[in-house]
Amino acid sequence: MFGDYSLGDLGSIFVMQGFAGLILFSVYVLMALGLAIIFGQMGVINMAHGEFMILGAYVTWLTSNFFQSYLPSLFSGYFFLAMILAFVASGALGMLVEWVLIRHLYKRPLDTLLATWGLSLMLQQAYRSVFGAREVGVELPQWMLGSLHVTDSIEVPINGVFVMCLTVLITIGVAYVMYKSRWGRQVRAVVQSRIMAGAVGINTEKVDRYTFGLGCGIAGVAGSAFTMIGSTGPTSGQLYIVDTFLVVVFGGAASLLGTIASAFSISQTQSTLEFFMSGSMAKVLTLLAVVGILMLRPQGLFALKVRK
Amino acid sequence: MTDNRFFNRSELIGILVLAVFLVVVLPLTLDVFRLNLVAKYLTYAFVALGLVICWGYGGILSLGQGVFFGLGGYCMAMFLKLEASSVENTKIQSTPGIPDFMDWNQITSLPLFWKPFHSLTFTIAAIILVPGIFALIIGTAMFKRRVGGTYFAIITQAVAAILTILIVGQQGYTGGINGMTDLRTLKGWDIRPDHAKVVLYFFEVGCLLVCIMIAQFIRHSKLGRILVAMREKEDRVRFSGYSVANFKIFAFCIAAVFAAIGGAMFALNVGFMSPSFVGIVPSIEMVIYTAVGGRLSILGAIYGTLLVNFAKTSLSETFPELWLFGLGGLFIAVVLAFPNGLAGIWGDYVQPRIDRLISSRKPKPEGWTDSSVADGAPAE
Repeated sequence: MFGDYSLGDLGSIFVMQGFAGLILFSVYVLMALGLAIIFGQMGVINMAHGEFMILGAYVTWLTSNFFQSYLPSLFSGYFFLAMILAFVASGALGMLVEWVLIRHLYKRPLDTLLATWGLSLMLQQAYRSVFGAREVGVELPQWMLGSLHVTDSIEVPINGVFVMCLTVLITIGVAYVMYKSRWGRQVRAVVQSRIMAGAVGINTEKVDRYTFGLGCGIAGVAGSAFTMIGSTGPTSGQLYIVDTFLVVVFGGAASLLGTIASAFSISQTQSTLEFFMSGSMAKVLTLLAVVGILMLRPQGLFALKVRK
Repeated sequence: MTDNRFFNRSELIGILVLAVFLVVVLPLTLDVFRLNLVAKYLTYAFVALGLVICWGYGGILSLGQGVFFGLGGYCMAMFLKLEASSVENTKIQSTPGIPDFMDWNQITSLPLFWKPFHSLTFTIAAIILVPGIFALIIGTAMFKRRVGGTYFAIITQAVAAILTILIVGQQGYTGGINGMTDLRTLKGWDIRPDHAKVVLYFFEVGCLLVCIMIAQFIRHSKLGRILVAMREKEDRVRFSGYSVANFKIFAFCIAAVFAAIGGAMFALNVGFMSPSFVGIVPSIEMVIYTAVGGRLSILGAIYGTLLVNFAKTSLSETFPELWLFGLGGLFIAVVLAFPNGLAGIWGDYVQPRIDRLISSRKPKPEGWTDSSVADGAPAE
């Protein structure tokens, strides 16, 4: 298996695969952060999470088209505005969905799974009707193209680095909001005991709505970031949903740190295996390992000790 | 549920009506093409039946029933494929006597795990045992460690994803994304012409009725009551000394075997099997059929399967755009407004009126047992 490569080559390969794994890691973290809030904190199984990401991606695509046609001079910076718009659009849709659908189902978590699956079907069809069935790709500004040459044999794409930096910033932001801010405390209080939180004067309905909106908004930003790596179609969201849930569950649903750790281990395993075997077998082995470990340790890597 | 009999009067009538509907009414009114469509829908009814036991009664939502449907279907398809790939039929291949997709993928001899599928007896045993044992392994690993609810649902989903990727990736052994096509004969009997389709339809209905009886038996036995009790208050059942895990494993295995029988029927009736019936999307659709029909009603799940599939076929032919909106909306509506599906509507609104019409003198009809269970009323 290793015989055909020199030691130096192998080193570069591992670095490159490791870096590819890091980009995959960023993607997983972005996808899973929103879900870690919605599923991990609120206990709602949102099967339409992928569709919220796709909404962010479509918003980004629309923004880039708008800048190309009307403000070509500012095109290099469109991305930052697009991310904000994606956050607002997905977050608003999330709050609407919470109001119409989710708030009736907090006591029936398994039913949220079925209802949000119905929602995801409707959203997919809506995207297909509005944007067409073809996949769309976003044109990247000049400064994001190309790659950095670290050494002769190692090079890393700039958009990958950008996605990674973005992931770090968003993760820090979410961690701050959830664990340091007053509002994050309210969220965790509502999650732990809805009745007690209400009794001490927290408006639980409002907290629920904004929490769900925040989770969906982050999904939108994730989708926005994805446009730099790949193209977007009406059904792309479905491809990610199982991976995303596994990342969150594997890490221990209620733990943000666990989500990051599990995203890291899953992505690194997969990208390293991908070098030695076909992509599909690497995926199968990775998923098998995750399911196997989950059977041994059902609460995930970083389980919080809670009384039930 | 005061009686220990396996049928009360209204259930017996319901099963008879279904039997007459499937055995007499449909074959007389539909042409062979439509009848074969119904046969295809009914293969999903097996899965829905299993889900009633495992999800409705046991409270275990499995999003991986496609796995078992697929395992059963692939077992049957492998047998049929081997029969279709006799040396005479495949003499144009570079190595005759093996399935055509193996030949295309440069596999020159039959893989070891294919060889036993020359025997029909082995195949029938495999249709029951392979999914059953697989469910036993998953169930034991999960329920013994008290993994349940949402976690179980997500892990079964992951299993469905794994199996799909595996089947698609191992093209030489499984036929890849195209699946196993061009299935021709069963023990020398051609399954493709019209009269064979009709015979297979009746065979399938017979199997389905047997499975309904088994489900009915389970439901009314002590086992069924423990399942319901477990769904309502798991800890209380555990503290009463029952092994909760073993009951859950049993319910899950029964559901898996039902799904596998459905899969095998699918391969027989439709004439092919492919990974597109294994993955996450079909698995969730099978849950949809059960939910629409009524997760607590054996007959409701079967009518739900027929109705949703019929709507899907006719709507997606004429309004392909509306179909997904319709399906999604139907699903949200069922979850929000009618958690017990069509059977719930029937039991809560229609049947009381009918009962009142028939026996206006009686003070109160016996009532629909399922809805009283669903409302959390004590099962007395």
